[in-house]
Amino acid sequence: MSISETYVRYRRTLSEEPLTIGVALVALWMGWSLATGLATGGIRISSLAAYVWDGLLRGLIIGLAGIGLSMTYSILNFANFAHGDYLTGGAFAGMATSYLVAGIGEESVGSLLLVGAGGSVFGGALGIGITTAPVAVVLGAVVAGVAAIALALAVDRIAYRPIRGESGIALLITSIGVAFALRYLLQFVFGAGVRGTTAAGSVPRVSVPAVDGTFRVTAHDAALVVVAGGLMVGVHLLLQRTKLGKAMRAMSDNEDLAQITGIPTERVIRTTWIVGGGLTGIAGYMFVLWKGTLGFNDGWLLLLLVFAAVILGGIGSIYGAIGGGIVIGLTASVSVIWIPSEFGRAAAFMVMIVILLFKPEGIFSGRATA
Amino acid sequence: MSTDDIRGRLTGLSDSDVPLVIAVLAAVYAAYVLAGVAFGYGLRGQLNSIANLTFYVGVFGMLALALNLHWGYTGLFNIGVIGFMGIGVYVTAVVSKPPVAEAGAAQVGGFGLPLSVGIAAGVLAAAFFGLVVALPALRLRADYLAIVTVAFSEIVRFSLMSRTFQSFTAPDTIDVAVGGVQLFSVDPSVDTFGLGGGGGLILNYSDPLEALLRTLFLWDPYLGFVAFVERNYIPNNPKPVLDGLLYGALLLVAVGLFYLLLSRIGKSPFGRVLKAIREDEDAANALGKDTNRFKLTAFVLGAALMGLGGILWYSSRGSVTPPSFRPNITFFIWIALIIGGAGSNTGSVLGGAVFAGVLYEGPRYLKNLVETAFDLGDAPRSFGDAVAAFGSLDPVPFVTYTLDSVSQLRLVIMGLVLVWLMHNRPEGMLGHRKETASSVDLSRPDGAGAAGKQTATDGGDDR
Repeated sequence: MSISETYVRYRRTLSEEPLTIGVALVALWMGWSLATGLATGGIRISSLAAYVWDGLLRGLIIGLAGIGLSMTYSILNFANFAHGDYLTGGAFAGMATSYLVAGIGEESVGSLLLVGAGGSVFGGALGIGITTAPVAVVLGAVVAGVAAIALALAVDRIAYRPIRGESGIALLITSIGVAFALRYLLQFVFGAGVRGTTAAGSVPRVSVPAVDGTFRVTAHDAALVVVAGGLMVGVHLLLQRTKLGKAMRAMSDNEDLAQITGIPTERVIRTTWIVGGGLTGIAGYMFVLWKGTLGFNDGWLLLLLVFAAVILGGIGSIYGAIGGGIVIGLTASVSVIWIPSEFGRAAAFMVMIVILLFKPEGIFSGRATA
Repeated sequence: MSTDDIRGRLTGLSDSDVPLVIAVLAAVYAAYVLAGVAFGYGLRGQLNSIANLTFYVGVFGMLALALNLHWGYTGLFNIGVIGFMGIGVYVTAVVSKPPVAEAGAAQVGGFGLPLSVGIAAGVLAAAFFGLVVALPALRLRADYLAIVTVAFSEIVRFSLMSRTFQSFTAPDTIDVAVGGVQLFSVDPSVDTFGLGGGGGLILNYSDPLEALLRTLFLWDPYLGFVAFVERNYIPNNPKPVLDGLLYGALLLVAVGLFYLLLSRIGKSPFGRVLKAIREDEDAANALGKDTNRFKLTAFVLGAALMGLGGILWYSSRGSVTPPSFRPNITFFIWIALIIGGAGSNTGSVLGGAVFAGVLYEGPRYLKNLVETAFDLGDAPRSFGDAVAAFGSLDPVPFVTYTLDSVSQLRLVIMGLVLVWLMHNRPEGMLGHRKETASSVDLSRPDGAGAAGKQTATDGGDDR
């Protein structure tokens, strides 16, 4: 073996090893400080459980929104920066429906449809909540999905389809323009204020006992788990049982080849937007229902975390998006044990950056399993 | 041969585009002056309006030029511009702010060093963080680099906001000891320093303009000029207006210096390698160029220029707060660059001017114009009230609401302009003059090379 070959191999190991070494060191330190924290009572098991629960729920939302982003990223080959604003759009449409169903006859239709812009109606007063107004919530979730689908299809038709053949970067820049336009149109219509949307006080909750205390699980937590879990299983079945999944994989590998083998690429793209948009809209609605506030920036603020999840899981893989979402959600929530709470999101971004640098194909082996 | 040569020289002349830049600037300024006349501005108002416009033309021009080095020349998709700007401004502030004991207005003090040292430190810090980001990230695909840089700029913003870095207390004395033997003891004048957290920092160092003029021994002549203007043209306190104008003019000078620097870089062998990397990195690599090194240098240099741009933008204000460093400004600079045409330095300046004059400040002027021309009354408080008036066939509330929301709508307009540009003119106003890596003219003399001249907006990167 020549010297240069050894050198190349050495370089290669060095570029792959730092991840392992670094992650091991960080994990060791984290484990040590967690263990000492738990032993000395500095960290309570119940608060740890609460962080994990919060991170899990956050991760489900991120994962649900990430499925759509991951699918369009792999099939259309561009990072859609407008994805977060589909989420916001869906959330606003869904909440408007919920407000309308819950408050019609009591408040003016205009204020209800604008989700109480300018403090004209309050979600708490309308009693928005899964137990207090189940019909309004279910209808809202459905409308959120439909609205996000409509939005995604319309944007695709207007902004993306005319430049379908362009490079991923041209599409990325276009999507930044779309994101700007959508976000500030939403602000124009619904106002800049962040409004409370749910009757937070009347949401039923149970205290789950942990070793040295309890943590809280609310009805909205449960609703989120049920909806997100159900949708994820649904997407899994859809892609496994129909030819759609296979067609999507074929397209993400080689679009031209897919086209000449008779795959109706435009139809697959449309279906992708429908599935992805619907999941994103519902994710946005559940997010707003769960956290109880709604603002025009919500989707944009979530977008980078969704990107982090998608990259972590490997672009094109829906299981990767779900798994990555949960990892990112847990990172953002549980990291406050080790670092100041204002860096939770920063920690999630760091995880993403590290993954991008050392394993850009994602940690879930990177196979496109869509 | 000779005719080709002449043709080449002629195209070279028209490529300089300076007349176009001057014409566009003149048109924008004329429009603003006319708007000022319509508003019934006096001299003071006009000068204020011009100073304001010049400020934004200057900062956007400068930052678009810096971004052009990243994207236009090297094809590095950096959407973390604001992060480098923020680092530059905050480091300058921390280094140059006087200690609290000397100027009690601020909650958090600084090191109280001269502003020039602060600016140098800010630029170096931006360059250093450019290196930190670039060292690992430059191997990435363009879209991954984009996500990494925007995440980096958000991490910077979180750090600026965080309580962790809000304020540190410096020790009263620092004892330097080696092996138990005290060598000497330092008594730093700094008492507290930090990033100020969510409240931001009060920039209570000496006024940058004053510091500069004092260094050049021009401060007293300037004060004399101000007094002259006060006697003859603007009776009460013209200094802020003149300060603004002078600062704007200095920014334009800075734009000129940026332009010269980048043109020199672009024409140098170093710049040719950068352009080669943009067109085909593998080919450049195969020709024996260490492309990673070139990319690294270009990224660090661009980051330093972005830091300087940020310092010139924010350091003349009374204070800085973390919300100023949201990613929106990064996208503003991108829009400016794309309007002008990535890859062309004149295009970057032009794009900065057009963006500042038309998209950034224009909508507000339009709103004021409409409000001056028609007395429309107060705007409704929400979209609902505005639309409800359509029921009684009264469009006025909707119009007033629209005008009232102009600061949001201009972002909608920017977004739409960006989409339109990507559809119809991805090369921008001057991007078709993007300089190629080759030092000789590669186009066919009969014009058949037009198709070949079409430039990629993707920085030559297919993915």
